[in-house]
Amino acid sequence: MLPTLMGRIQTRIFVIAVIGGLWALVIGPVLPGGGTTSDKYKAMYGVLLIVGVVGIAWEVIYHALMQFRWEKDWPTLFGLVLGVPEGVVAYLVARSGVLSSTEHISVGAFVVGFGTTWLVTWLWVNGPMRIFTVHWRFRGGRLI
Amino acid sequence: MGGRETIRMPGAVASAPDTSSSAGDLTPELIAADQWTDAMVAAAGIPVVEVPFVSVGGGIGSFVTTDYLRIAGVPKEAMRVLGNNETPWSTYEYLTRNSQIPRTERLRSDSASTPDCIWGFPSYAVREALAAKGLKAKLAPLWNVGTEPIFADYYTPKAGQAFATMEKEADRIGYFDYFDKGLVRMVRKRQGGGYFTILTPPDGTSATKRVAYKSRWVHIAVGYPGLKFLDDLQTYRQQYNDYTHVVNAYEPHEGVYEELLRKPGVVVLRGGGIVASRILQRLIDDRDHKGAQTQIHHVFRTYITGAHGPSIFMRRKGGDGWAYQGFNYPKSVWGGQLKSRMRRLEGEERAKLYKTIGGTNTPVRRLWQDQLARGRKEGWYRTHTGEVDSVVPAEAGGTVTRIKTKDGLLELQASYIIDGTGLEADIAEHRLLADLLEHSGAGRNPIGRLDVERTFEVRGTQNGDGRVYASGTATLGGYFPGVDTFLGLQIAAQEIGDDLARQGFGKRIGPLRSTAQWLRWARGKKI
Ligand SMILES: Cc1cc2nc3c(=O)[nH]c(=O)nc-3n(C[C@H](O)[C@H](O)[C@H](O)COP(=O)(O)OP(=O)(O)OC[C@H]3O[C@@H](n4cnc5c(N)ncnc54)[C@H](O)[C@@H]3O)c2cc1C
Repeated sequence: MLPTLMGRIQTRIFVIAVIGGLWALVIGPVLPGGGTTSDKYKAMYGVLLIVGVVGIAWEVIYHALMQFRWEKDWPTLFGLVLGVPEGVVAYLVARSGVLSSTEHISVGAFVVGFGTTWLVTWLWVNGPMRIFTVHWRFRGGRLI
Repeated sequence: MGGRETIRMPGAVASAPDTSSSAGDLTPELIAADQWTDAMVAAAGIPVVEVPFVSVGGGIGSFVTTDYLRIAGVPKEAMRVLGNNETPWSTYEYLTRNSQIPRTERLRSDSASTPDCIWGFPSYAVREALAAKGLKAKLAPLWNVGTEPIFADYYTPKAGQAFATMEKEADRIGYFDYFDKGLVRMVRKRQGGGYFTILTPPDGTSATKRVAYKSRWVHIAVGYPGLKFLDDLQTYRQQYNDYTHVVNAYEPHEGVYEELLRKPGVVVLRGGGIVASRILQRLIDDRDHKGAQTQIHHVFRTYITGAHGPSIFMRRKGGDGWAYQGFNYPKSVWGGQLKSRMRRLEGEERAKLYKTIGGTNTPVRRLWQDQLARGRKEGWYRTHTGEVDSVVPAEAGGTVTRIKTKDGLLELQASYIIDGTGLEADIAEHRLLADLLEHSGAGRNPIGRLDVERTFEVRGTQNGDGRVYASGTATLGGYFPGVDTFLGLQIAAQEIGDDLARQGFGKRIGPLRSTAQWLRWARGKKI
């Protein structure tokens, strides 16, 4: 998929909400560190919210960077590797206290929760997403 | 036009006379009239087949378009594909084989350009990995596609994989049940709506010389109108009646390589695109593995020394003469930013963007880079830049190419000249397209080819509730530039399919249908 700015943002929101949301159901209870299952779910969904919202700013930056590429493409590998800076920023935001549910998340829980979500959504976008829509990949990632 | 000025694609012939006297032939009245009545066709004794949708060409364009429609729920009985080749990939395989891509070599397009699968999932790389034996062989294509184009060249599938998978899909959708063989002569408007498409079936397969297909929709995907020779090479061939020492990369020329193995020789290669790259690979592979001692002179008309383009946002890589690019257009024309930008441009502005992103180019491939670097170092690969002035026979046999370079006239002696420029002929050289321009209201776009809407409807050809669509290279210059590729043909198929669905023919492929149909596809279930 070769993204446009609108496509990036729509895909980000859809994938974080739906695929990330489903994945959180699975991974939430087994996050390392203490706390009740309910706390863990709250922290996990809090992180997703952060990745979704802050992600919109990231997408604008990626779009700007992409302008320096002749092909206006976004190699698959970028999508994976950018999880590192995004993860660092999301962690800092999570610990900053904007959301009480994520304020006390441990590094371990964040790494497992965010890391696996990033991997799952990256794999999803680069593969099975295409099963459900034949239009998405030709429309720069736009869903509507 | 003289018979050998272009390499004729089989269906294009503009000069075959309509002189057969057998029954059911075109009458002068029909040939002259822009619109035909049912009575006129009946009076000529031409039998009529009624079917809602006809696709002309029977190549990869017809295949992917009807594949899309079948998946959109159109029954076999509602469609006919008319083409003069046995299979959808016959012409493509002929051209790729000549230009040195046998089934075992890799194509140019990417992993998700899968003409057998409208979803592009699983991609060719994933399928290659699944079929491979051993962990290393399984990981190689995945690593390649996952790290392209940063740490690896673009993954591209083997030609054989594309053919084998298309064959399987053709069987699954019952393609050959709705395929009729023959040469299509023309498409004309029918009085009252829709069109007549005139097919000339192969000799002896039909009681009449022509058969008319009466349909509401016509889709035209006839591929290349013809491939042009460089003028100076054409002049040489005709003047000296020498068709062995000067060849085009798209015509069979295996003899050249065989002769070069028998006797050391010099080759002049013309062109700076992927075909030139392939010819070089073949010549150098033969040096490396079969003991050939070929000396290569590569003539560029424009020599590209480095990155080039109008601004830092639009700079294409280049070097050693070549412009480098993975595919024939920048990748985002098939779905991203450039696709959406071109879609909004008209006339001059569109032509300008085509110019910026177009031009001859070739992918960077490590093997090719290594081979040429070695050739430069060892002195058997040399490049020259300039305009060719003339080509004449050499006294001692072979050819002399005279090139106007910036340092004056240069003469290159060579046993063979291979033209790898692949210039495409004008659309009017194709008889069917010429007829469409002349009689059915079709026009030309800002770069001179067939003018189509964003839906790939041919502008000016509407007739009542009837529509004509076109896809493939004839439509280059429209709102979508990637037309002459597998993926581009599928993008066109989607536009056409969606437009037809709006007119009630087939269904739009929404998420439910998409998922259900993908599951059928994955299990190889016939539709
Ligand atoms: C050497 C080469 C390599 C290429 N490599 C790639 C690649 O790696 N990836 C990629 O995506 N694209 C590639 N392409 C471009 C493109 O995808 C193919 O050329 C593809 O075959 C185009 O499909 P088409 O349907 O437009 O034309 P074709 O597949 O050529 O089909 C048109 C058919 O129409 C028939 N026809 C024409 N006139 C008539 C008539 N009057 N009556 C009946 N039948 C008629 C022709 O005989 C032909 O069989 C390549 C092209 C070439 C030349």
